Amino acid sequence: MAGIEVTALHKRYPDGTVAVDHVDLSIGDGELFVMLGPSGCGKTTTLRAIAGLERQTTGDIRIGNTLVNDLPPAERDIAMVFQFYALYPHLRTRDNLAFPLRAEGLPKAEVRERVDEAARLMRLGPLLDRRPHRLSGGEQQRVALARALVRRPRAFLMDEPLTNLDAELRADMRTEIKHLQGELGTTMVYVTHDQVEAMSLGHRIAILNKGRVEQIGTPLEVYERPASLFCAAFIGSPPMNLIEVEVADGKLRSKSGLVLTPPPSLPRDRCLVAGVRPEALEVTEPGAERSVPARVVSAEWLGDEIIYVVDHGGQRDVRVRMPPTVRFAADAPVGLRHTGGPPPVYDASTEELVA
Amino acid sequence: MAVSVDEVVPTGPVRDHTRPARRLGGRGRSVLEVALLTVLAVVMLFPALWMIETSIKENRDVYAIPAKFFDFKVTMDHFKDVFVASGGGRSALSVSFLNSVVVAGVSTVLATVLGVPAAWAYSRFGVKAKKDQLFFILSTRFMPPVVVVIPIFLMYRQVGLIDSKLGLILIYAAFNVPFTIWMMKGFVDEVPAEYEDAAMLDGYTRLQAFWRFTLPLLLPGIAATAVFALIFSWNEFVFAIFLTSSDDVRTAPPAIAGLIGGTTVDWGLVAAASVVFALPVLVFAYLVRKHLIAGVTLGAVRR
Repeated sequence: MAGIEVTALHKRYPDGTVAVDHVDLSIGDGELFVMLGPSGCGKTTTLRAIAGLERQTTGDIRIGNTLVNDLPPAERDIAMVFQFYALYPHLRTRDNLAFPLRAEGLPKAEVRERVDEAARLMRLGPLLDRRPHRLSGGEQQRVALARALVRRPRAFLMDEPLTNLDAELRADMRTEIKHLQGELGTTMVYVTHDQVEAMSLGHRIAILNKGRVEQIGTPLEVYERPASLFCAAFIGSPPMNLIEVEVADGKLRSKSGLVLTPPPSLPRDRCLVAGVRPEALEVTEPGAERSVPARVVSAEWLGDEIIYVVDHGGQRDVRVRMPPTVRFAADAPVGLRHTGGPPPVYDASTEELVA
Repeated sequence: MAVSVDEVVPTGPVRDHTRPARRLGGRGRSVLEVALLTVLAVVMLFPALWMIETSIKENRDVYAIPAKFFDFKVTMDHFKDVFVASGGGRSALSVSFLNSVVVAGVSTVLATVLGVPAAWAYSRFGVKAKKDQLFFILSTRFMPPVVVVIPIFLMYRQVGLIDSKLGLILIYAAFNVPFTIWMMKGFVDEVPAEYEDAAMLDGYTRLQAFWRFTLPLLLPGIAATAVFALIFSWNEFVFAIFLTSSDDVRTAPPAIAGLIGGTTVDWGLVAAASVVFALPVLVFAYLVRKHLIAGVTLGAVRR
């Protein structure tokens, strides 16, 4: 087991595309580290560089204390699970699992022992004599995970391993992966574009955009205080409301007059944007205390909650998360008020967190 | 070829075949279809049938007027003449058949050995100006080959490749490599790169990963591509007649053509030689017909 250090990683393809601009990561030993971002943000390229499947243009990668820049993938002692499971189609499950061990040249008895152990861990018993095309998607992914396990590598690299599974199975496998990682305590780098996966799995999350790291933090930090407007808009469903605000007599006030709890020490004379989570707002009867007049544009009734889209005279409509007991009709005149603590505030031009 | 592709690989859902027929008057339409297809089949197949008939007719029946379609005496003499010279020993034609086998076979192997790894590389690696390179490779097939016959002839005379099997092998391979690269690239694109990634993480080098995992999955595609290349080399006439002159180098197409042009033409021998010449290609095409269709629809038309 080992931590992974990525320093000033830069990857430029021969055709001139810059896939990774500048990435620094410090992944702890035994950590489940998630790289999250939209497609084309460089997360998969970074992972492939760690695996040794792509050679970075500049920058260093260390696994444990070893500088692995010039090592081929096989000598980095890592295992990778792919979105498309990449089980060898001509081999039975048993042989698929044994394959990397035989490639290492382990004695037969040990190969069998390790395969049995991995099969027990992933509950593959009845599938051992089948070929990949006779396995379902979920089963194939369990075999792929088991194939990564048998190696007992220093780190697991996961490249969107659950994307091809259906929703229910994905939730199950998520739990399974998290449990497995906790049990084995092996460092895991997990790439996904699914924020739910990232939030539920990661000890820490790195949010990548356009080949750069926008933020690294625990799921809670990332949710509570997104480091940039990009992160603010990316994390959360429905996303954060980005409201243009100005500082006036110690208060944070939007154009519509909505008053927000001000964070301490705000820079003045700058265009500011506050990031307000849908649950930090409240739809009230019109004219309620501290509320501004607003109008319900639409309501999404989700069973356990209602998402109201509300027009409060600002540039953009805001989304408000309300319990299902509070009902307002579409187009009804209502009040809107802020109930949460101080929201993160961003500079509108640099898009970075200022308070 | 286009007709058979459309028949075997329907582009739309299956219902397209039944419902429109009903709309246009059911049975009437299908009778018309069968009639038209029969006419087409007769037109297409008649020369081949006539070739086969002529090859087993005695010479006086060949010239008979009115033509004898069914009531003639069957003889195998012409086939014997294809292989055995009149004074005993091997005939010139049989030598040329052997030359054809060698030239077509070796040039196909050469084109495959060069083209498949190239296709793999173009499919897997980020190469500078990849599209331009691929277009350049394809562009060598834009012109009709006959355009370059004279320059090639002059160059071959300089380097001493005139009237040699090696010369023919090289020129056929040169024509087949671009085709092989393009067709195989389509097949390689279909095989997920993750197999190689996984194998590399499991301890193999990139070349081993290609050899052990990707190549076996490519075999059907390679078979289809090789058959196309083989058929091209086997049938090629223009370069063969320009670049070779002696009987022991000449391939079958110019040799068969050379049978015509004396004071009398032994049509029976010409037909028999043609039948023998056509057989291997027919057999090959039949064996890999599924892959040929796949090759036409998948390899060539992607992107």
